[in-house]
Amino acid sequence: MNTVMMENRKNRIHPHKFTLWVGIGSILMMFAGLTSAFIVKRNQANWLSFDIPVAFWYSTVVIIASSFTLLSALKAFKERQMKKYKGLLLVTLILGVLFVTIQTLGFLKLWQQGITLQANVAYSFLYVIVGIHAVHVVGGIVALVIMLAKSFSTKIRTYNLVPVELLNTYWHFVDILWLYLLLFLIMIK
Amino acid sequence: MSSAVSLQQASHTGHDVDHGHEHHQSFISKYIFSQDHKTIAKQFLITGIIWAIIGGLFSVLFRLQLGFPDTTFPFLEDLLGHWAKGGKISPEFYYALVTMHGTILVFFVLTAGLSGTFANFLIPLQIGARDMASPLLNMLSYWFFFLASVIMMSSLFTQTGPASGGWTIYPPLSALGDASMGSKIGMDLWLMAMAMFIISSLLGGLNYITTILNMRTKGMSMTRLPLTIWALFFTAVLGVLSFPVLFSGVILLLFDRHLGTSFFLSDIVVAGKILPNEGGSAILFQHLFWFLGHPEVYIIILPTMGIASEVMSINARKPIFGYMAMVASLFAICILAFLVWAHHMFVTGMNPFVGSVFVLLTLLIAVPSAIKVFNWLTTLWRGNIRFTPGMLFSIGFVSMFISGGLTGIFLGNSALDIHLHDTYFNIAHFHIVMGVAGMFGMFAGIYHWFPKMFGRYLNNTLAYIHFWVTMVGAYFIFWPMYYEGLAGMPRRYYDYANWESFKMFGGLNEFISVVAIIVFATQLLFVVNFFYSIWKGRKVTTLNPWNANTLEWTTPIKPGHGNWVGEIPEVHRWPYDYSKDGQDFIPQDVPVGENETRH
Repeated sequence: MNTVMMENRKNRIHPHKFTLWVGIGSILMMFAGLTSAFIVKRNQANWLSFDIPVAFWYSTVVIIASSFTLLSALKAFKERQMKKYKGLLLVTLILGVLFVTIQTLGFLKLWQQGITLQANVAYSFLYVIVGIHAVHVVGGIVALVIMLAKSFSTKIRTYNLVPVELLNTYWHFVDILWLYLLLFLIMIK
Repeated sequence: MSSAVSLQQASHTGHDVDHGHEHHQSFISKYIFSQDHKTIAKQFLITGIIWAIIGGLFSVLFRLQLGFPDTTFPFLEDLLGHWAKGGKISPEFYYALVTMHGTILVFFVLTAGLSGTFANFLIPLQIGARDMASPLLNMLSYWFFFLASVIMMSSLFTQTGPASGGWTIYPPLSALGDASMGSKIGMDLWLMAMAMFIISSLLGGLNYITTILNMRTKGMSMTRLPLTIWALFFTAVLGVLSFPVLFSGVILLLFDRHLGTSFFLSDIVVAGKILPNEGGSAILFQHLFWFLGHPEVYIIILPTMGIASEVMSINARKPIFGYMAMVASLFAICILAFLVWAHHMFVTGMNPFVGSVFVLLTLLIAVPSAIKVFNWLTTLWRGNIRFTPGMLFSIGFVSMFISGGLTGIFLGNSALDIHLHDTYFNIAHFHIVMGVAGMFGMFAGIYHWFPKMFGRYLNNTLAYIHFWVTMVGAYFIFWPMYYEGLAGMPRRYYDYANWESFKMFGGLNEFISVVAIIVFATQLLFVVNFFYSIWKGRKVTTLNPWNANTLEWTTPIKPGHGNWVGEIPEVHRWPYDYSKDGQDFIPQDVPVGENETRH
């Protein structure tokens, strides 16, 4: 599909990578909108503060670990160690699913403590911001599943690095975004 | 092995394809799920035209109510059923009409219809690329827009009617299902349609930016880009950075509507019943909305600025005056666009100091705008002007931009805005500077690039009638509104005649409505011309009918997928070498001669 326009290219950044970077900028703007709304609202009356559930700390460890496994997968791909690549991709996928599961458990815990979606605007923001981040992680998980399926396919014999790099960039982005959101939620109290 | 290797492999396979050759494609892959940027551009244009007819028709309907508040029109009941019982539009439907008129024209016509058409069509052709960076995303961009169109269209046929809280969908009208007729399913469909629309616009924008920065042909440095491309580039940047913020607003609104949150709601009593919502703020939504909403008006006007610059330079047979100043002023407008949103909210009770900061930033926009106007006029000055329809619409664009822009300086002053806010003065201002100017720019582009799009010309006689009636009509419609607004006549009133002080505008409103109907009918003339000329228009017989310099005129008369047969031309000069060294024009792919003077 994308072979048509590859003429006249020198050592410029691959167009798909560039598109991803611009897209990341776009996603950041959405979170900037949400977090700045959070900051503005915080100063109003009947705003209740909350403690971050312990689960969010565990999930942080998990997502950081997943970034490292995916980075190693990229390295393995470059060295053509396909078995190692597949294994690391699978580990990353499991860690990604684990992250979303722990986030959900964290929310369940909050809900039991009375910190529900409707109870206070502060809580609503927490659910929406962390929830939208989780949706972005799910997007990454879908991409991981596709890459994993491709790596097991016997039909594809070419080594195209670009999709692996794209996946890496996106995955590290959602990782760093989570670290930012966690810091934001702690600092804002 | 690095990514460069796989790129080479990809480029190798790319060469194996003969681009100039028409492949055997089914009807579906050629005209429906096409990945060719030119076909996608036409899809955007034709969808946009259909929306423009609907949006325009809505304005005719509510102008009937405004111009003839005491008259009944039996045909309206036949047309609209229970929305116009006894031949008189109901208040609920009147609000739905103004809401949908705004939504359709701002988003579906002047954003998707305009950027979607010209960014898709011109970017690869003018920068020398075979297609967009990602043709697949590009196709998806159109189909998300189509989906948004279907959802928005379906909201017109619901029992409670489409959204009716104004195109700005302020809560609580948009957040509470019980607030009004249009707050029910119509509002949900509006929000879903806009979510699809935002995805479409983001996919498009990502592609435009990447293509312009990455896919330019050899020799096409950024300073050799035609101004259309610069304008479309800044437009895409604005869209990519501002639409996500509206997206977050839409998500929060959906939570408020369906999941019981109170982001935008607090202390509300509906029909004597106190709602449980607490702690939210309707003003917060206005901030989120206008953080998109203001850049949005530049998303509309920047592409038309680019189109007007290009068409005026070609038809004045003169280089554009102050190319770098034109680019710099586009950039300045792009930056300022993000810093002025609160000037839509002067009367929300904001701190006057904050207001004065926004006044200052707002008035600063006059500087780059004035630079652009000055450069357009100096481009025309002593030019060898050809009054083609495209040129007339470009000049009309400048006229509208000046007269509409000047009244922006009134509205941008917070003290004056307290009086003028929500009056017909405001309606006149943004219709002239954004609506009419935007449409004029779009018409200029259509008349100018129609020969490239379809290999045929539009009918000139019809085009001249279209221009003059629209030009004179637009001023007849909107100029009187300034006076009504200064006298305090508020916008969005279903029946202004209920107020003694506004009754004196009866005759004026009747006049405006009659002209509006004539102007709408003239647009139908354009639509007829457009569709007739696609199949029956005079055929284009030369490669370069306007004697223009840009690369799209070096392609075959009807370029196939891949645009150029053989190699893509190399670029040696900027696109504005008109009337230079005794030559009428020198296309961009002509090498610079030995004794040639630099521009």
